[in-house]
Amino acid sequence: MAVTFTLNGKSTTVEVDPQMPLLWVLRDTLNMTGTKFGCGMALCGACTVHINGEASRSCITPISSVAGKKVTTIEGLSSDASHPVQRAWIEEDVPQCGYCQSGQIMSAVALLSKKPTPTDADIDDAMSGNICRCGTYQRIRKAIHRAASLQATK
Amino acid sequence: MADRFALDRRDFLKTGVTAGAALLIGFRLDARADDPAQGQEKPPVNPLNAWVRITPDNRVTLILGKSEMGQGVITALPMILAEELCVDWKQVGIEQAPTNPAIYDLGTGGSGSVAGSWLPLRRAGAAAREMMITAAATQWNVNRDTCVAQDGGVLHGARKNFLTYGQLVPAASKLPVPDLKTVPLKNSHAFTIVGYDMHRVDAKSKADGAAKFGIDSRVPGMQYAVIARCPVFGGKVKSFDAAKAKQVAGVRDVFTIDAVGKGAFTTGGVVVLADNSWAAMKGREALKIEWDEGATAGESTESLRKQFRENAAKPGKVVRNNGDANASLAGAAKKVEAIYEFPFAPHATMEPMNCTVHIQKDRAEAWVPTQAPQWAQDIIAKVSGLPRESVVVNTTLMGGGFGRRYQADFVMEAAQVAKVTGRPVMVLWTREDDMQHDFYRPASYHKLQGAIGGDGEIVAWKHFQTSTSIDAMWSEKGNETPENSEFGTATFIPYQTPNFRVEYTLAQSGVPRAWWRSVEHSTSGFVVESFADELAALAGADPYEFRLAMIGNDREIPDFGNPKEGKPLNTARQKAVLKLAAEKAGWGTPLSKGTARGIASYFSFESYTACVAEVSVNDHAVKVHRLVYAVDCGRPVNPNGVRAQVESAAIYGLSAMLYDAITIKGGRVEQGNFNDYSMPRIAETPLTEVYVVNSTEAPTGIGEPGLPVVAASVCNALFALTGKRFRRLPIQTEDLA
Repeated sequence: MAVTFTLNGKSTTVEVDPQMPLLWVLRDTLNMTGTKFGCGMALCGACTVHINGEASRSCITPISSVAGKKVTTIEGLSSDASHPVQRAWIEEDVPQCGYCQSGQIMSAVALLSKKPTPTDADIDDAMSGNICRCGTYQRIRKAIHRAASLQATK
Repeated sequence: MADRFALDRRDFLKTGVTAGAALLIGFRLDARADDPAQGQEKPPVNPLNAWVRITPDNRVTLILGKSEMGQGVITALPMILAEELCVDWKQVGIEQAPTNPAIYDLGTGGSGSVAGSWLPLRRAGAAAREMMITAAATQWNVNRDTCVAQDGGVLHGARKNFLTYGQLVPAASKLPVPDLKTVPLKNSHAFTIVGYDMHRVDAKSKADGAAKFGIDSRVPGMQYAVIARCPVFGGKVKSFDAAKAKQVAGVRDVFTIDAVGKGAFTTGGVVVLADNSWAAMKGREALKIEWDEGATAGESTESLRKQFRENAAKPGKVVRNNGDANASLAGAAKKVEAIYEFPFAPHATMEPMNCTVHIQKDRAEAWVPTQAPQWAQDIIAKVSGLPRESVVVNTTLMGGGFGRRYQADFVMEAAQVAKVTGRPVMVLWTREDDMQHDFYRPASYHKLQGAIGGDGEIVAWKHFQTSTSIDAMWSEKGNETPENSEFGTATFIPYQTPNFRVEYTLAQSGVPRAWWRSVEHSTSGFVVESFADELAALAGADPYEFRLAMIGNDREIPDFGNPKEGKPLNTARQKAVLKLAAEKAGWGTPLSKGTARGIASYFSFESYTACVAEVSVNDHAVKVHRLVYAVDCGRPVNPNGVRAQVESAAIYGLSAMLYDAITIKGGRVEQGNFNDYSMPRIAETPLTEVYVVNSTEAPTGIGEPGLPVVAASVCNALFALTGKRFRRLPIQTEDLA
């Protein structure tokens, strides 16, 4: 089945099984590997993308359900890692192995679009679906606060 | 072997590192004693396994076989080289050494990358610097003492002449390489890079999705495979029906691969080959398989615990004995006995296991997220029948290692599948595969007995352990010596006692075991530091003051398990981290009601750590508010990186304390995904402060040493809060009631 959606600002059509999750369409069909596979059950957040601006777990999102919608992945945040959240991540040296960070960043961007100056409790709520086995949480928290001020002074 | 460092150009070519128009210096990085690779079979050793290459375009490249899995080696190692070479460290690129069978590639583990590279990298950088100075002095016809290396070139101050290293490469590359053992090293007071906080070099690529992990390998024409493995360890395929699986769109083939024993330890199974990962997974769901479950089907967590208890009722093999602990305990008035217990623990790397292999007629290539690329090459060579020289292994970034990627089971499977398909293929594991077919941290059971004398001193310490053991899985039958590796530093504790006895009994299990972050120290550290706390309470002493008093005078305690190669425990350094952590945490100062502190300190990977935890209990759940660490890992190359590793180990340790239980029933793992296996999330993260001792000793490990103290400090705090001891990990909710 052909499904057409907007991917990082560009109209994209794929010919795949309508049940195929967006994650695998991105990774295997389109070779956009920035979005990661962690659990396949929306339990870890590694596959987080934005669908019409909402943080969504692409591993359980059938491709048919994104027809006509706007999808943003980590590759679409900026062309040069200049998004305030990306800058904050780099400045705080958040990543270790880095595998979960695409998903962490997409969740953080969605949070900041709703709450430009989040409290620690807001961060706990918004980021609780994203697991990091390297335990970079303390730096993630700092980076989100930093991104909030970077955004405010933009 | 030292004279062979000065190899000529042809020797470099033999190693696979091409010199071309470049200054090339080969050198050797040595494995540490506790590097897991030590136990593996090794091909002949070439004296060189790392190189510095400087090219006329001013590029400095460090070529070595170290894998980045988040621990920051690709940041720290260039810093060390750049310091001696006097270049901007960001100019130093890093390249994976070619997997050449003439060289034993060290692999990456045992918290040994910085420790094992420190001196060799400094010497190599200094040698290159000296050659550049000689080349410049010759060109200017001046005394070389009037020339200095700085900013990536050589300066003659009086003449205001400056030549970049790139300009000097043609002349310098014709000079003999100085003896690396005697080449002058920079005075550490002149360091401008080492010892300063630096940003990670890979942060940007990990913030914009560009970083390529093993799972991101994409090769033209590649296919994807998943494997149905017997859920019971050691089980095999009896029969299968692939009719429905083959009807799934995108599925191309279904076939079996055999189990492979010692070394790779694969389960074999039914392979579903498809055009994409999703189709392969759907195909696997549609398989009908009958399993021959084999001998492990009767094993369970409860049967193993029963075995532990039976073993503990009898004396074990004596590992160490000073004095007469049994007699001392029998006659003691003040004594305590405590049982500590640990389950199997999974690595749970965020990137599930995967490996991409392409076997062709005359060559093979692989893309592997591995801590042991040379082993991967061996396996692919054996399976393909090709000479090792014809197998290229590209080591990718790893989405977490923690020891799991020191295995080669996933490589073996991918090689077997690629041998059948003849096309590039990625064998991909799902989360469930990863959780249920790991090589787990051993389950263990410890009986500690101790006595306190009239002056509040430790008069006896007896430690009996029974465990499933890593060694028993990897050694040849009959040659197992599990007692030598299951205790770690628990056989030479810093606390003085005249009667010290350590015993061990091997427990039998069909569950695979291997190295897990901090390995045996993860359990030994908890046991020793919890029991020290119990003895402090028995003595009626403050746990911090008790530790300082029992450690006693400044001295060096030899590494009991490895006296020749292991560094001794320096009690002054151990006390120093205890004091630093206590001071920074405000040990002894009042806390808000319902909150308490605990302390622990441990020596592992030749580094010293201490941690003070502040905890409360709310609604039968442990809340860790703050962790204050002091660490001494020798000279901290990148203090920012050191802190990051300790922050990380703290969460890994908290995970083991709160959740990390793999339970077995019917010979299989009961957990499958993050719904029935939890890990700490952001809200559970304590404020973690890490104070790094500004030591001038040679660097030692830091990827793992932060782990052993965290659970002990938290559980000791829980005792201070509740009066209850928490001796079985993970903490059982009912114990908090």
